[in-house]
Amino acid sequence: MIKVESLSKTYGGFKAVDDVSFTARPGRVTGFLGPNGAGKTTTMRIMVGLTPATSGSATVSGRRFADLPNPGLEVGVLLDASAQHAGRTGREILTVAQRTMGLPGSRVDEILDLVSLTPTESGRRVRNYSLGMRQRLGIAAALLGEPEVLILDEPANGLDPAGIRWMRDLLRGYADRGGTVLLSSHLLHEIEVIADDLVVIGNGRIVAQGTKAELLASAGTLVRTPDVPTLSQALTGAGVAFAPMTDALRVEADPDVVGRVALAAGVALTELRAAEGAGLEEMFLELTADTQREGVAA
Amino acid sequence: MTAAVLEHEVVRTERPTPARIPMSRLISVELRKSFDTRSGFWLMASIGILAVIATVATIVFAPESELDYEAFASAIGFPMAVVLPIIAALLVTSEWSQRSGLTTFTLVPHRGRVITAKLAVSVGIGAVSMLIAAAIGAVGNVVGTAITGTDTVWNVSAAELSYIIIANVLGMLVGFMLGVLMRNSAAAIVGYFVYSFALPPLTFLLAQNQQWFKDLQPWVDFNYAQGNLFNGVMTGTYWAQLAVTTFVWLVVPLVVGLRLVLRSEVK
Repeated sequence: MIKVESLSKTYGGFKAVDDVSFTARPGRVTGFLGPNGAGKTTTMRIMVGLTPATSGSATVSGRRFADLPNPGLEVGVLLDASAQHAGRTGREILTVAQRTMGLPGSRVDEILDLVSLTPTESGRRVRNYSLGMRQRLGIAAALLGEPEVLILDEPANGLDPAGIRWMRDLLRGYADRGGTVLLSSHLLHEIEVIADDLVVIGNGRIVAQGTKAELLASAGTLVRTPDVPTLSQALTGAGVAFAPMTDALRVEADPDVVGRVALAAGVALTELRAAEGAGLEEMFLELTADTQREGVAA
Repeated sequence: MTAAVLEHEVVRTERPTPARIPMSRLISVELRKSFDTRSGFWLMASIGILAVIATVATIVFAPESELDYEAFASAIGFPMAVVLPIIAALLVTSEWSQRSGLTTFTLVPHRGRVITAKLAVSVGIGAVSMLIAAAIGAVGNVVGTAITGTDTVWNVSAAELSYIIIANVLGMLVGFMLGVLMRNSAAAIVGYFVYSFALPPLTFLLAQNQQWFKDLQPWVDFNYAQGNLFNGVMTGTYWAQLAVTTFVWLVVPLVVGLRLVLRSEVK
């Protein structure tokens, strides 16, 4: 269980994390979602004591991270897979962690097997690793002490589709056995398939949180047409509220109502469906647009 | 919370709180980390290699009349004074420069304990290195004088040897302090060379030209105060000068560096 309460972090006048509160529960995968620079990594770094908080608190299994006597046995952390001494072999990095935690040496072989790093690969120096291999090594290091809580920052980065599938199954199994998993991502679809709960953050503030089912609940109708202006006009005329999306409209009415309006206006549709998750996606796109990095095309 | 969550909590057996990581384990892990990369290994090996090279060079180049233990001790002493502080500095700075600190300080969220373990490893490496160097020098002295057929002269007393060890450990601590203060490998190494090799000629020049500084120098110049250790005679005044300069030039910046380490973000 991870509990974050009113966490804030200010750099000069810039609020990187602004009054963030949420709980990641045992037995569930909590997705921490937000565009680049939203404050996900800073929040996670504060949780594990690498960055001091300006105010607020974060506890893991009811204790401050610094109060955990042997943190590796209670919390598995992967913040940046590239933050390793490039001159050590993968096996050596795990051995150093295993010795620090006081685990038997055989645990290193078990965990290498679990993340599918071969003896040849684990004998190579990390500077020769691909990003995907570094992620596997980082996940191995996080799982080494069989912790009850996992904190993973963008663990899917650099993994190939098969690797992403593998990690998803691994984390699912982990949560199903009662573990608490918090993982961050800037990709909605990546997190949608694995998370039970979602915490969405933008510009340092939490903009939405709840179970995936709640957040992705049907929110009106998604309608796509080559002739957006005519349909917009018709919908306004029919007194139905709607919001324009990139190349479609999200209408606050059922699909059959929208269909009849479109028929009356003589507008051809390319797509008409209940807008499951469109609300979240739209909100997420807005957040991304605000940071003005990906632009509207994202 | 849903029923499923509660069910999981029942399934998960309550585990006992693990014991705190003992200091001895941190020290052994830090010692391992100083050997387990190619650069780390060769830096350590260079202590022995350089001592052997210096010994052979002394046998080959030193005139027969000067072939005594002191000649070997000073020949080996110089590479030690360069290598040991670099080892100590890198022990600290690699956590930042290589970013391995992210893992180190999450596995042990008490930076002071990690730094203490590194300090213990530094001093240990320094003392052992000096003993190895002294032994290599002794072998050189025996072999060298056997080759030349001259008498083997042991003109370094136990007290003098211990002064040299103290001086080198102090130099190593300066490297360590700069590592803690700078947290950057290149900056710490450059800093050490400025501290130990660029400053002494400047203070020497100043003392030559300014009488007030010449009187003050023993009490403010760390390198000058350490020089007495190599001269083999330490009076009470010399010890006091060494203590004062060590405090100002080593202890104070180390404390400042430690505060920075404890408060800073590990990126």
